[in-house]
Amino acid sequence: MPELNYAGAVNAALRRCLEEIPETLLYGEDVAKPGGVHGVTRRLWKDFGGRVFDTPISESAILGSAVGAAMFGRRPIVEIMWADFFLVALDQMVNQAANVRYVSEGRLSAPLVVRTQQGNSPGACAQHSQNLEALFTHIPGLRAAMPSTPQDAFDIMVSAVYSDDPVVVIDNRTLYFGDKQDVVTDGDPAPIGGSHLRRTGPAATVVTWGAITHQVLTAADRLAEEGVRLTVLETPWLNPFDHDALHKSLADTGGRLVVVHEANTTGGFGGEVVVRALEAGVLSGVPLRIGAHDSRIPAAPELAAALLPGAERIYAGLKQFAAH
Amino acid sequence: MTTEQLVADLRAMWWIRAFEEKIQALHKAGDVRGSVHLCIGQEAGPVGACDALGDADALFATYRGHGWAIGRGAPPHALFAELLGRATGVNGGRGGSAYFSAPAYGFYGENSIVGGGASHAVGAALAGRQDGTGRLAMAVFGDGAMNQGAVYEAMNFAAVFALPVLFLCENNRYSELTPIRDMVRNERLTERATALGMPATRIDGNDPAVVRETVADLAEAAREGGGPAFVELTTQRLVGHYIGDVQQYRTKQELDADVLVEPIAVAIAKLAGSGLDTGAIEREVRDEVEVAARQALADPVADVSKVKEHLYA
Repeated sequence: MPELNYAGAVNAALRRCLEEIPETLLYGEDVAKPGGVHGVTRRLWKDFGGRVFDTPISESAILGSAVGAAMFGRRPIVEIMWADFFLVALDQMVNQAANVRYVSEGRLSAPLVVRTQQGNSPGACAQHSQNLEALFTHIPGLRAAMPSTPQDAFDIMVSAVYSDDPVVVIDNRTLYFGDKQDVVTDGDPAPIGGSHLRRTGPAATVVTWGAITHQVLTAADRLAEEGVRLTVLETPWLNPFDHDALHKSLADTGGRLVVVHEANTTGGFGGEVVVRALEAGVLSGVPLRIGAHDSRIPAAPELAAALLPGAERIYAGLKQFAAH
Repeated sequence: MTTEQLVADLRAMWWIRAFEEKIQALHKAGDVRGSVHLCIGQEAGPVGACDALGDADALFATYRGHGWAIGRGAPPHALFAELLGRATGVNGGRGGSAYFSAPAYGFYGENSIVGGGASHAVGAALAGRQDGTGRLAMAVFGDGAMNQGAVYEAMNFAAVFALPVLFLCENNRYSELTPIRDMVRNERLTERATALGMPATRIDGNDPAVVRETVADLAEAAREGGGPAFVELTTQRLVGHYIGDVQQYRTKQELDADVLVEPIAVAIAKLAGSGLDTGAIEREVRDEVEVAARQALADPVADVSKVKEHLYA
């Protein structure tokens, strides 16, 4: 079992898919010879020749050609370097990729995977800091996932490539070069979907996804030391979302629900999670959303930290919630 | 140019014209609903260009795409059914007039986003390079799409990787309701393609023979590894942008002039000395079109019980 950091796990997953599935292609801006701006796709072009290549800075052509190639039996894996860059080419996701299967009554399909990364890191400007997953969860026809561990980064990429739907896999660059972990790289490809119970405790169910999961776990562990034990459910797949696991968990935590995401609070996917639980009749009391303050994100790290849901805010929010 | 070919082209163009005119009537009667963009006057493009495409090749069109689907051989009955929202439509009524596909006939779809399909053609050609078919892809769009950034991204992408893609611009002089000449400073649209490093030519888009020959030559060069090419077909819309567009922005003088150069009038004039009854061709085609439409009208409406199917695999 190889020891891999998150970036290494993504690279290993891409390598496995390129080896196992001859229909795969991997392309995007700087992904081949330069190995990706974050080094995630390093060396793959050497081993897979014309199937891994660099492209012009043309997000619309990258996504649109992937839609076209996927219609013809290829499995393109394409990179949008920063999630913010999706915005110049959303047509190809929303009007094009998402419609292919449905409108053609399944005569055509668009099994492509878009890799991207998002979120704030110290000093990142307002156009390189956004958390945009809710744009994709709003669109029927697309799938979306946000892993936070090397194992999930590997498994989700493999599942996404094997899926016959268009899938957006959103990384967070602050995770790429974290600790190495043992990663199972030879398991059978799992169907898309699922979630992880990362902590169990009766005080409340905290749902979270993506990089902020680590901060939620840190806060939950601090609270556990203080005698407040929380359940933490990580839902790396946002579509399909594991509502069943959440609703089961709420039965064990008195229906008390907290959702934590780095994305803006208003219109964030957390609101949908809360309302689904409400509609299912599994909520009790007033739920809590912890997300970014609705704002543009300033570059100076101190300013950004004042808006984003960092470890302290999450800890304080969960503590107060559990006390009531 | 043989008389036989002239007749075949005239017949093929009448198929498109008669189909469109029937759609117009069905729309007026309330049987076809929603916005419909007719290609009346632009029939020579599909009739000439589709001959360059083989079964493995892929065509991507726009919302003004009925003629291109017919050119690819999609059955008129299933196209009528699609526009009528019938279960027997090429997409079971999900595509409608402006966004249907018929992949079994190499017609990979209309697109209701101006310029939205150009990069799909690039992808189709890219796939063809990988799967060994050497597939040629053709992206058809109007002059309006020449002001869409996505089209240039697609053209450059195809050029950089020398992909066999033909970009066909049907210049009917109107970008929806606005003259293209008012929206570009340089009216020589081919220069934009040349600047991206591909051969580009402007031809008479009202002559199916000229279109056929030009497109066939460029297709051959593209298949041989020459990369993409661009063709501007000069033509005209004899009707509005959509059914109901009263075209206040066009003069009677202009419309009268267009009627003299439109492809069916030109083809009939060419056959004038041949002794053929060109009127009989029109009548035969209209009868067949009528049969297809009547059959589609009698078909069951799209199946509501299946409306949630095929969203995901």
